[in-house]
Parts: sequence; structure tokens; C-alpha cells
Amino acid sequence: MSETMNRQELETFLVDEAALLDEWRLDDWISLMAEDAHYLVPPLDKPAGDYRNTLFLISDDMRTLRSRVAQLKGRTVWAENPKSRTRRLVTNFRVLGTEGDLTRVSANFAVWRFQLDATDIYVGRYEHLLRHEPSGWKFVERKAVLDLESLRPHGKLSFIL
Amino acid sequence: MEKSSIRNLIVDDHEQGVFRVRRTAFTSQEVFEREREAIFDRTWLYVGHESEVPGPNSYVTRTPGGRPVIVSRDGDGKLHAFLNACTHRGNMVARERSGTARVFTCFYHAWSFDTKGQLIGLPGEDAYTAAFDKQNMGLVPVRLESYRGMLFVTFDAETVDLVTYLGGARETIDHMLDFGGEDVEAVPGAQNYSIKANWKLLLENSMDAYHAASTHARYFREYIPAMGMDPSSWVGGGGKAFVGWRGVDLGNGHAMIEGPALPTPLDASAPEELARIRAALDDKFGKERAHKIADYSRNLFIYPNLILISFWRTVRTFYPVAPGYMEVDAWALLPRSESEHLRQKRIENFLSFLGPAGLATPDDVAALEGCQRGFQALPDRTWSDISRGMGREPLNTDELQMRAFWRRWHAMMLGEPGPTDCSDHPERVKGQRV
Repeated sequence: MSETMNRQELETFLVDEAALLDEWRLDDWISLMAEDAHYLVPPLDKPAGDYRNTLFLISDDMRTLRSRVAQLKGRTVWAENPKSRTRRLVTNFRVLGTEGDLTRVSANFAVWRFQLDATDIYVGRYEHLLRHEPSGWKFVERKAVLDLESLRPHGKLSFIL
Repeated sequence: MEKSSIRNLIVDDHEQGVFRVRRTAFTSQEVFEREREAIFDRTWLYVGHESEVPGPNSYVTRTPGGRPVIVSRDGDGKLHAFLNACTHRGNMVARERSGTARVFTCFYHAWSFDTKGQLIGLPGEDAYTAAFDKQNMGLVPVRLESYRGMLFVTFDAETVDLVTYLGGARETIDHMLDFGGEDVEAVPGAQNYSIKANWKLLLENSMDAYHAASTHARYFREYIPAMGMDPSSWVGGGGKAFVGWRGVDLGNGHAMIEGPALPTPLDASAPEELARIRAALDDKFGKERAHKIADYSRNLFIYPNLILISFWRTVRTFYPVAPGYMEVDAWALLPRSESEHLRQKRIENFLSFLGPAGLATPDDVAALEGCQRGFQALPDRTWSDISRGMGREPLNTDELQMRAFWRRWHAMMLGEPGPTDCSDHPERVKGQRV
């Protein structure tokens, strides 16, 4: 079953997703991932690298991502205790094409993060592969490509980008 | 900075079993400036791996000790390091992180240098007098030495050669590089981040097993079980954690924690290939040496600012930019010709724990930044206690390995020779400056 997605549908999907993350509704968020999904953040010096042979910042399969989310919901992720306040601006939505049952999309993001009197801004581009499943659109590859040259002075990326 | 002020930064009382560091050592601008001249200008500093400059005319730019440097190969493939500053008026001649170049041209006035550092061209050369000697206007070379592909520079012509400098840590480096039975390479993808904390907090943290159970509770008590593994050898109660582990002073400020290898998620992900590699190590190195290479894990500290950790095969270095701010660079060093599957699994294992988005490092960053904030509470009247294990054979959850660093640090800050033996022994001898 190959569904097509138009730009309006993509915008609704990604803006709603951003709201889940800003509200720390992580169980609802992870339900948007397909069973075979990957959550990826490439290294800042190799943004076009392949996660199989390049040291990414994040390369989670679903087993690791489920654990990451379970940890973030608890109280011993010291880097997120107290929880960051985040505000995401997602824009420049593009439906780039279909590959079999997958739809390739992109969007730009800027995420402001506030915690313990520090302000950090994460800017970049989402490059996602989506699949339409009976319960709706799901991420098969959810990739956040940062434009930053280094994580300085951010120091860490401890929330879902 | 006055010697008496430096002397008063540390209390090292063997009789009482007390070791304390005054917190101004982490907060003072004077200490920060003294460190640059007394330590970072006099030691060997890691700048990268040979595999990052793979062929003729390739280069990377790095800033060891806060100083912009080019590490490059010339057209014949020979390695060089130069100050990344034009000898005319100082502009950086290489402005990218890495690349290949037959010529480094400073865009400011178009002076150009070849890959051996020679000045080969400048517009309007006839404007200079006879005193201008083009031969002496090449890029300023920096001492560069390689130990098994690991590249180090020093800004001190007097510093001993690299192998002598590594001293008692050299054999451990060999053990930590030989795990795949072949040369390692730096995996593409660097982790370049920062911590709003003094640089010395990260070296303490990088060989501190005491913090694992609390700071990394989520990794060991949530992630490891989620991978279907039992974490008790890491964090189990009743003396089950870190059985057989110890802290070791390796001399010259180098130190490590070492013990029988503990299970990581990697073990189950490629059991056959890992068993093949283990058997091949026996054949290549003999059983005794292969045992030391493969059946132990280590966090190794090379003075003053290099960490190798065998669980995740990382190399990590870090520099102070200000008393309360450091920059960190980390890579994975993995066997050159291992299978695609094992390479991917090793990367996943690295990322599960390490790096600014791993399931452990961000909590270290939070802890260190919290320390630095805490230090603001009267640092000249408060102390960090680093006494653990002074009265016994030190475990990895003790703090000998940190004391070894601090003893070397203190001597160099005072401008005194040694000690090469940085252990807790009362008869500790003073040695030659390294």
C-alpha cells in the first residue's frame, strides 16, 4: 500500500510531532515510530555519513530508542533533571518523493533549549523516511541533521531533537 | 603566580591519609594561565591519528593547548606539523577542518607555502631588502611524533622524546591498540563538544569508577537490562561490582584503572567474529600477552589530557579555553579491516554510552558543570577531597589515579622536577623532569 502525502499533510504531521516533544509526551511520540525505525543524528563534521560506518551522535534502533525514552521519563537522566524547556520551530516542509512504500520528506528546524540558566539553540534540517501504516504515518528513518559546526557551547544533546 | 600560592593548592598528607585540592585550582584565572606555560607548553599533546591524514598532501587543523596547528603530509607522504599562522602577518593559512592541499595560501596578502612548509611565493618580492631571506620565512614547524599512528605535538624543544615520555604507559597503550589483532584507524565522525567546567574535572571523571553506580544508574540499571544483560558485575551490591579491578599509577602522571573485562552489549552482537579475533590474538601474540590484551578493560590517562577507554574504544582529549570552560574532541579507534557488521556494532556500543548524545556522557557533563557551579562557593576556602583508598591497595573506585595526576601537575606548576613516581608510597622518589 503506497500512500502519497502532500505538503499540508506533512506540515500537520511534523508540527503535531514537535508539540509532543515540547510537551514531553514521549509515549505518544514514540508511537509515531515504525517497528523497524531508526533515530539518527549524524556527526557535525560528516552530516552526509552512513550510520553503519560513521560515528554518529545518535544511531538508535528501536530497542535502544525505547530504552532512551524510558530513561528520559524517569528521574536519573541527570542531564534532563530538571527537564529542559524546549520550543521547536519547524518549517520549510518538502515532500521529496517516494521510494517503494517510503516517502522521503524534509523540513527545517530550530530548537531553543533552556535549562539551569543556559540557552542553547539547535538548528538544522530533518530528513525523514515515512511509511503509511494502518494506524497512520510512521517514521522509518527519523534523522535530524544539525548545521552546527560543533556542540559548543551546548556540550550535550540530552533531549529528543 | 607566587610559588607559595601554588604550593597551597594541594594537601598531600601520607601519614594522615589525606589528599585535598583547593578549589581555586579549578576556578582561578592565574592557575589557568600558569597551566598553559607550565604544562601545555611542555608536554606531548595528542592531535589526531595518522589515518586522519591518509595520503600525500592531506591535512587536518587542530588547536592543541589553544594553539592553531596544521598536521599534514607533504607530497612524499611525510608527516609534518606547523603553526597555522602566516609568517608575514599571521593570518591562518588553512581554514578548513581537513582537506588536501598542495599549497597553503594565506588569502590576506597571497603568500603561499608548500606542504613542506617552505615559502614558495609572495606578490612583489622585489619590495624587500637583502635582509629578507625567503628560506627562513617558511611556516613555523612544531615537533611531531607518532606512537603507533597516534600523533602528538609539543611546543617545547627540550621535552624528552615521545616514547620516553609515555614511559610506563606505553605497554598499556599497546594492549589497548592491539585488541583487533591489526592496526586501528580513526572512524569517520568526530565528537566535538564542550563542558562548562574546568578541564581537570574531565580527566578525574574519565578514570573514576566510584561515580558509575550513581551518575550512570540509568545506563547500568535500565539500558543494560533492556539489552537483555545482567548489570551486577558493574553496579551489583555486596562486593559484586568491579571484582579484581584496581587503580594504577604508571609514573610521570600517567595512570589507569584496570580489571577483568566486564560484559557490554557488544559481546552478544557478534559473538562468532569476536571469538575468531580472540583466537587469532593467541596465535599472533602468544597466550600470555593475548590475555593481557583481550581479557582486561582499562581507562588509561596519558598526562596531561588524553584518555583511552577500552570498553568503547575511544580516544578523547580536552583543552581549557577558560578556567570554567573546556573543549572536548573524541573519536573511535577501530581495527582497519574488521567486517562491516562488527564495525557497526562497535559504533553502536560506543554511542550507547559515550558522546554528547549518549546514554551516559550527558550526565557526566551535567555533573562536571554542577561541580564548577559548586566551586563558586568560596573556592579559596573549600577543598575537593581525593583521599579515597590512601590507606589500602587502591581499587578502581578509589582515587589513586587522580592523585597521580595531581602530584605531577603540582610539581610542574611549581616548576620542580618530577615526581616520576606519583604513587601513594611514602618513599616516593623525585625523578627527572619529563
